Formats: sequence, C-alpha cells, structure tokens
Amino acid sequence: MSYYFAIVGTQDNPLFEYEFGTSKQGGDGQPRFSEQSRHLNQLILHSSLDVVEEVQWTSGQLYMKVVDKFFNNYISCFVTAGNVKFLLLHQPTTATAASASTAGITSTTRSSTSIGANPTSPQTEEAIKSFMTEVYENYVKAIMSPFYRTNMEIKSPVFRARVAAAGRKYL
Amino acid sequence: MAQSTKPPANKDQTSFGSGGSGLRYPSNGKTIYHRPLNRTKTSELSQASFAYLFAEMVTYAQKRVTGIQDLEKRLNVQGHPIGLKLLDLLLFREPPRTQTRPLTIIALLHFIKVNIWQHLFGRQADRLEKSSNPDTPDEYMIIDNEPLVNAYISVPREMSSLNCAAYVAGIIEGVCDGAAFPARVTAHSVTGNTKEDEMWPAKTVFLLKFQPEVVEREALIGKGQ
Repeated sequence: MSYYFAIVGTQDNPLFEYEFGTSKQGGDGQPRFSEQSRHLNQLILHSSLDVVEEVQWTSGQLYMKVVDKFFNNYISCFVTAGNVKFLLLHQPTTATAASASTAGITSTTRSSTSIGANPTSPQTEEAIKSFMTEVYENYVKAIMSPFYRTNMEIKSPVFRARVAAAGRKYL
Repeated sequence: MAQSTKPPANKDQTSFGSGGSGLRYPSNGKTIYHRPLNRTKTSELSQASFAYLFAEMVTYAQKRVTGIQDLEKRLNVQGHPIGLKLLDLLLFREPPRTQTRPLTIIALLHFIKVNIWQHLFGRQADRLEKSSNPDTPDEYMIIDNEPLVNAYISVPREMSSLNCAAYVAGIIEGVCDGAAFPARVTAHSVTGNTKEDEMWPAKTVFLLKFQPEVVEREALIGKGQ
C-alpha cells in the first residue's frame, strides 16, 4: 500500500504534499509508486476536487471517506472548517507489484481485513480517519501562528515530521 | 501523541536552529506544534489590558485614514484573519459528535452566536434576526446589547456614526468567508426611543449581507433535504 497525501487550499492551490508507504504488516514506510505514476498521482488527486466540492455540501462531517476512485487509486477526503481539503490517495498493492521482490513480505502476511487489502473496508476508513484527525490537529496548530495567512504553503519540518509520524502510527 | 523527531536540545541559546534549515527553535525546545490546542475554561484575559490594546489599535488605524468609513474598513481588516483562524480552532475543540461544518446560514449564525461569542466575550450574543424586508432576503443581523470592545470607547460627537465594533464585524466576516459563506459584515449603533433601546445605549447590530451565490446555494440545499 502506497499513499500520497496533499493539503489543498481554498483556491485549489497545494499547501503541502507528502508521499509514504504503509508501516503495517511489516511495511517499511516507503512509497511504491512507479516513477511514471508519481506525476499522475498529483493529477488524479486534484481531479477529485470536483467531486469533493459536490459532496462537501451534502454532509457536515469533516471526514468524507473515499470520494473518488480512478482504477486502483482511491481518494479519501477530509474538509476542514475553513474549506481546506486534506486528500489522501491510497493505492493498494496489486498482485503484479506484490510479486516483485520489494513487496514480497507484505504480500505473504496480508489478510482480507488488513488496512492495505481493502480500501473501502470499515477498518481502513477508521485508520484513515485517525490519520486525518491527527493531521488536522497539527494543521490547526500551524494556522494558529500569527504569521500564517490562509493559503500559505506549510513549510515547517516539524509539521512534516508530525504527518510522517501519524502515517506510521495509523497506516 | 507519537512523536518522531524531537528538536535538538539547544544548549547554546544564541545558536540559530540546526542543520541549516533556517528553522529556529525557542530556547525551551517547544515549537507551536508542542503546545496543546485545548484550554481550560477558566483561562481568561484581563479586560483592562484588552481595552488598552484595543484603544491603541483604534488610534493606530485612525492615524492613517481619511474618514470614518475608511477607519471602520481598517478595523474590519484587522479582525478578518482572526475570524478565519477562530473558525478552525473552535470547530476543532468541539466534541466529535457535534464536530460538523456549518452547511446552512442558520447553522453558521448559530455557531457565531454561541461558539464565537462564548470564546471571545464569555457569553452568547443577545439575538439573531433575519431581515423582514422582502427585498433583502440576504441580510441577517446579530445583536449585541453591550459589546465588550466598546466598553471603554467614547466616540466624539462629530464622529457619531463610528462604531468600533467594526473590528468584531471583521472577525464575523472572517468566519463567514472561511466557511465559504462570503459576506459583507458591518457594525451599526442603534439609537432608538423605545424602552429597550434606552436600556442598552451601546446596543450594536452586526449586519451580515451574504453574497447572492450563498443564498442561491442555500435554496438548493434546502430543496435536497
């Protein structure tokens, strides 16, 4: 399972992005995106904004689960009170990729209830929700800075480390 | 909370951060991310020091303007970013069950009346009203009988139309803009002859005029439910 996480501002401008892999089932936390799909990820993620803007007015919930799917890429979304979107693209390890030597360990221990196997299972949704909530806490702290204005890029290495820690903890 | 990287212990307090990242840590090693977002209910600030600061803010703004409207505009701009930040902070502090984004104008106004007012002034706003004029269905009013910001402000006679609660109007405008309900918010003093108006000489009405697209969306959402 590989993840691409981005925070998108109110003008559809990216504020933060981070790529990581699963740390569950012996994963090493490294993303397994192919060189080509890394560029596509950004496109796929941002193309889901249209869906997000429709869905966000149907429910007041901050966390909206999987909102969009493009082949094997699932997009989960979290909208903050200030209409900033947290988007997480998750790509379950496919059979072909799993047979590759790099992901060998993951494929043998994977069970149907694991977070990686089924992107729309309640367990996965709950794990992503925990991840998003923790990122939200740190995001609110970031915007509390008197020098931060809306839609400014978040450059703090401490913030990045916090997101990485949340990723390791839940995903 | 799991925490992977601790900021380096800053033995020499004059050294600037580490690793050439340009990041400076405070001498106690705690950044803004190490501080909790939740405060105890009793952490209140001194009203005297607020009144002093606010008076300075008004004076500062007044030195750089040409008229009353301009002054109110400046106060409004000073409040705007506070509203944007308060919106996220206060929603984050809500218990998970009620942690929902306001989807309708009423929900938003309720959030302002209860949460924002409670946080800023320690009490709720006094009344919410909708414009009774059929030509202006986009206008709503939040009424405060005794705005805290005006407690120690005396407006000179020749500037009687000035209301320094324009600062609070700016905060409200920030909340509305942040929640994707773009609006124009202004503060007005009420001088009437009714018994109620005489009881509250400082009574202030915050007039919220929402953009047409907000009203349009409101109608669509109402239909969907």
